[in-house]
Amino acid sequence: MALSPRISTQRNPAGTEAGANVPINRAPLPWLANGLPWASIMAMSLVTFSPVIASAPVIPPLAFMTLLAWRMLRPSFLPVWAGLPLGAWDDMFSGQPFGSAIVLWSAAMLAMDVIDERYLWRSFVQDWLVAVVLVSGYLLLQSGLAGLAAGYPLPLTVGPQWLLAMVLFPVVNKAVAMVDRVRLLPLRRL
Amino acid sequence: MARSRDLRPGYSRRAQYGIFTGYVVAIVGVVAGLVVLGVSLIHPEAFSFLRSAGSEIAAPVGEASATARNSGRGLLATIGAYFDAGHQNLEFTREIAAARADAVTMRAVQEENRRLKALLGIVDPAAPPVVAARLIGSTAASARRYAVLDAGSGHGVHEGQPVRAAGGLVGRVVETSPDTARVLLISDADNVVPVRRASDGLPGFVQGSANGKIAIRLLTMGTNPLHTGDIFVTSGSGGIYPPGIPVAIVSVPQRDGAEGRLAADPAATDYVVVLPVYKAPAVAAMADSLKAAGPPPKDDN
Repeated sequence: MALSPRISTQRNPAGTEAGANVPINRAPLPWLANGLPWASIMAMSLVTFSPVIASAPVIPPLAFMTLLAWRMLRPSFLPVWAGLPLGAWDDMFSGQPFGSAIVLWSAAMLAMDVIDERYLWRSFVQDWLVAVVLVSGYLLLQSGLAGLAAGYPLPLTVGPQWLLAMVLFPVVNKAVAMVDRVRLLPLRRL
Repeated sequence: MARSRDLRPGYSRRAQYGIFTGYVVAIVGVVAGLVVLGVSLIHPEAFSFLRSAGSEIAAPVGEASATARNSGRGLLATIGAYFDAGHQNLEFTREIAAARADAVTMRAVQEENRRLKALLGIVDPAAPPVVAARLIGSTAASARRYAVLDAGSGHGVHEGQPVRAAGGLVGRVVETSPDTARVLLISDADNVVPVRRASDGLPGFVQGSANGKIAIRLLTMGTNPLHTGDIFVTSGSGGIYPPGIPVAIVSVPQRDGAEGRLAADPAATDYVVVLPVYKAPAVAAMADSLKAAGPPPKDDN
């Protein structure tokens, strides 16, 4: 839980311009460095307030994908219990029965831990495959739970959402990497 | 990228306990989530206060995006209008001529209607709408179909009130907070609306199917008299929705009933109107009698 190693291991990302000419008396802002991942995932939960008033599930689970992307980019940043608070926040807006995201996000964090343990060195494609598996399971279980809550077996309508999620995952990954650069901007004067 | 070996933090007891506690909390999270999920499946209203608080917090975001939606659509429409201006001009001129004639007829019919009603002593219970508001969000990533309205109990919005747009019915209010309300859209599978065909009063009901389309079922058995383009309006039975609001248009007739599309696509509405419950005393009496009678017997079909 120490603040400094988390920042110091991530300073000066190899060979980037940002890292090349940073004065030695600068460091990232602690609140930005520690808060931005949480804030970005929580902001993605607010996607339900986007301009699209949908009459079908069309938007991929962006908040969950952002969580996975952060977990893959910075494996030790988010604590393993992060699914509990973040999932509760997502449940407030998603329209799913309350608790579904708490369960599924916590389970996903534990699953990522197992995957880390088993496949230590992973390439981008393998990360993508992991995301495919986790997001597919997430979408299926979520629509199952929604059907349970509606008391009516919902037809499987996650198809378009699923395809979009698969295609968008690298984009989310890239966006998270960009946010990570912002997170570590050396703005604080020591 | 390989994970750093931070799971073996050396001899520091504090760090070891920290990691252990992390896993305990994560597993407790799963278990607590399951419990909460069970509660909210049995009592869907159990956590409505949290959802209400959430939408209160996020309402400004929704307001901004609702404005963006309206102006964005306006912009696209403006650009599109340049492409077929001449063609449209001709069409509109023709339409206006037809509409003028219709308007005169309409006025005469209205006058006659008013006169006949007065003759029969019918008082038209056209209650004024509760409030006009904007849809500021929807559950676009979920299989359930809810939308968030930017008016709440502070504006007189209550549970059960129907919500309509200019084009037709949108849904009904299911949860309210002081400044926001949650609307169950008619495309949700949980929302069943009694309807009749506008042309001849053929009764039926409409149920959402969560994929943007809705299912139209008829109450009568036998041959299917539906055709593509038939318009269904609310029938007023059930007491919640006032009669005569367009709900669905038949798109694909099927063996029993039809697949329809919404008369008012929530994505294309800017303002919606919250209406008072059509026959509030009747609805309340119905709920009371249901409560007194207990749950209906389960029939397996």
